[in-house]
Amino acid sequence: MLKFVKGYMESIDGIATYPMISLLIFFIFFVGLFVWVFTASKEHIKEMSEIPLENNDEQNTEL
Amino acid sequence: MEVQQFYYDNKIVKKFIYATMLWGIVGMSVGLLLAFMFMFPNLTDGISWLSFGRLRPLHTNAVIFAFVGNAIFAGVYYSTQRLLKARMFNDFLSNFNFWGWQLIIVAAAITLPLGYSTSKEYAELEWPIDIAIALVWVAFGVNLIGTMIKRRQRHLYVAIWFYVATFVTVAVLHIFNSLELPVSALKSYSVYAGVQDALVQWWYGHNAVAFFLTTPFLGLMYYFVPKAANRPVYSYKLSIVHFWSLIFIYIWAGPHHLLYSALPDWAQNLGVAFSIMLIAPSWGGMINGLLTLRGAWDKVRTDPVLKFMVVAITGYGMATFEGPLLSLKNVNAIAHFSDWIIAHVHVGALAWNGFLTFGMIYWLVPKMFKTKLASTGLANFHFWIGTLGIILYALPMYVAGFTQALMWKDFNPDGTLVYGNFLETVNEIMPMYWMRAIGGSMYIIGALVMVYNVVVTIRSGQKVEDELAEAAALTRVSSKRTSGETFHTWLERKPIQLTILATVAILIGGIIQIIPTILVKSNIPTITSVKPYTPLELEGRDLYIREGCVGCHSQMVRPFRSEVERYGEYAKAGEFVYDHPFLWGSKRTGPDLLRVGGKYSDNWHFNHMYDPQSTSSGSIMPSYSWLINDEHDRTNIRTKMEAMLTLGVPYTDEEIANADALMDAQATKIEKNLYADPDFASSYEASKKYAAENGTEFVEMRDREIVSIIAYLQRLGTDIKIKETDELISENK
Repeated sequence: MLKFVKGYMESIDGIATYPMISLLIFFIFFVGLFVWVFTASKEHIKEMSEIPLENNDEQNTEL
Repeated sequence: MEVQQFYYDNKIVKKFIYATMLWGIVGMSVGLLLAFMFMFPNLTDGISWLSFGRLRPLHTNAVIFAFVGNAIFAGVYYSTQRLLKARMFNDFLSNFNFWGWQLIIVAAAITLPLGYSTSKEYAELEWPIDIAIALVWVAFGVNLIGTMIKRRQRHLYVAIWFYVATFVTVAVLHIFNSLELPVSALKSYSVYAGVQDALVQWWYGHNAVAFFLTTPFLGLMYYFVPKAANRPVYSYKLSIVHFWSLIFIYIWAGPHHLLYSALPDWAQNLGVAFSIMLIAPSWGGMINGLLTLRGAWDKVRTDPVLKFMVVAITGYGMATFEGPLLSLKNVNAIAHFSDWIIAHVHVGALAWNGFLTFGMIYWLVPKMFKTKLASTGLANFHFWIGTLGIILYALPMYVAGFTQALMWKDFNPDGTLVYGNFLETVNEIMPMYWMRAIGGSMYIIGALVMVYNVVVTIRSGQKVEDELAEAAALTRVSSKRTSGETFHTWLERKPIQLTILATVAILIGGIIQIIPTILVKSNIPTITSVKPYTPLELEGRDLYIREGCVGCHSQMVRPFRSEVERYGEYAKAGEFVYDHPFLWGSKRTGPDLLRVGGKYSDNWHFNHMYDPQSTSSGSIMPSYSWLINDEHDRTNIRTKMEAMLTLGVPYTDEEIANADALMDAQATKIEKNLYADPDFASSYEASKKYAAENGTEFVEMRDREIVSIIAYLQRLGTDIKIKETDELISENK
């Protein structure tokens, strides 16, 4: 499609580095994320997940 | 350790719940009226402010920003205080947030039916309201972050992260998409044109779904589902992965709304790739929500709150499976512009947003009013009629979408279209529109039953009071990482740093798509024959925007054989360089209009606007008779042209100075053309004579609105006429 528009990528300088930069951003982002998640301490995770259930300030616990 | 006493602000939550229910009924009722207009197009005959084109944005805005918006605030204000063990940062800001938001909704409910619209989907509100939205939204953000700073809970629960990401991203999206140049108190032009405007709009539009309808509701899910099931979320680790990957990926997916359009291919493909990736975090979140109920499924059988939540999360899963599917170019080729998209968004809105809101209300109201829900039976009734309503809404729309799209593409062996008349394809799906209206009615009946149930519950309950709570003050901890503390654990106790990182995550995608928008500009081919609109056409275009024509008519012929055959040469990026805003549309309830110019006579358009069924038998377009009668206000045409000039449309000083004369000349020519029809000539002369005899005011045809809209329609798509000549009309330079 777009027979009137040709080679818009060619006019950008150093276009070849873009995919590499994108790949690096993604790779580092997700590797970092998974490293953190898998090294997190069990107690901390448990404590965090129970925050909503703490204190139970509701004046009415029976529905 | 010192234990502090403080009060949770429940009154603000109560206000937002009331507003949620009120605007929910309003927004859904407008939707239902629209659904019935498919069968009875002239249901609101002759009432301009109740016409389909003007009510459609009212419906979408009311449901998204009024119903879902107030539900977000109700849930966020309730859960944030408890998750952070602190009252909201500032009571004034809370109330400013509440009243400001309601005023904006009222302003929208007045201006949209009156035709004040930018035409950009879910961003239709005009510039003064846009500014008000920005102010109220910032007040909400300051209140939220302020509460995070004065919290008594060391670590920030994942729901809070979703709220913060919502605040930051919606602010960025709203501001950049609403950049517009005002020409009068309630009229402005988008600073972007054509392809760039489309890209920015759908970067916004898609992420309005992502960061207004999804992330805040995921935060609510992570708080209210564990609360209602009385057990922690299935996997907190998964919720962290869910959060970061969702906000990181979501922001890139916008261009999937523009597949096969004149948007450059690289941007389309980028949108597709990220949309497909989105299924991973979305389904991770859905599974996390559903598995929170592991071991508690017996409760789901009896507790209406959990029932609503299960269907809501299932709806989220279905919509987020369908989203990536719809982003595949081959699927999109069928689904785009059809009712399939209507089905898709309603699975999201009715099931995910609607049902999670209902579940939250049924859980919150008895708690806050210290009583029991008045009737579990009625809540169950609501659940079942609502669920059936969703099914009866969505399934017929899927069938309608498929059926019509396939009919649009059906060829005879000799290469002609089987259904050359668009109306044949509309006629075929009328039974589906009936079923949709019935499904919608069931859903709204359920919502009304809820309102009744809640009112009775509130009456039997006690007054809502701010609730006393106790918690130890936070002791100061080093702002650096303590020994043994990992980076993310540190981040979870640092609200500002978390906000900044979330902003970075969403900006990466935004910047990579928006900066090339500027690059695209330098790469849009010049098409020498594409010229700015004449003053009269520009005015006609503004009327087209006012009437919301874009709600049912696209101006984007995709490069398919079936579309080129039906509508004419496919759209080129260079054709839209003077379109502030772009008007490509997203739905074809009626045919595409990109190449409508010159296709019909002026008289045909005149008769069609007055009585669409007279020229197009079986048409479901309503009459736009006021365009025929009303005088056209041309007083600020020079201001408009000067604004366009500022935005880069090459009007000459001479053209601007002579705007009135140019308009008169073109209008008089159209008036003369109209005399070609003897019926028009006789009835027009008769009414002119009648006015003269009775001394009543008479507006010449050339000064009426219809003339300028005819001028615009006859201009559409005529700048390039590829088939007639071999002349080179475009080149890259």
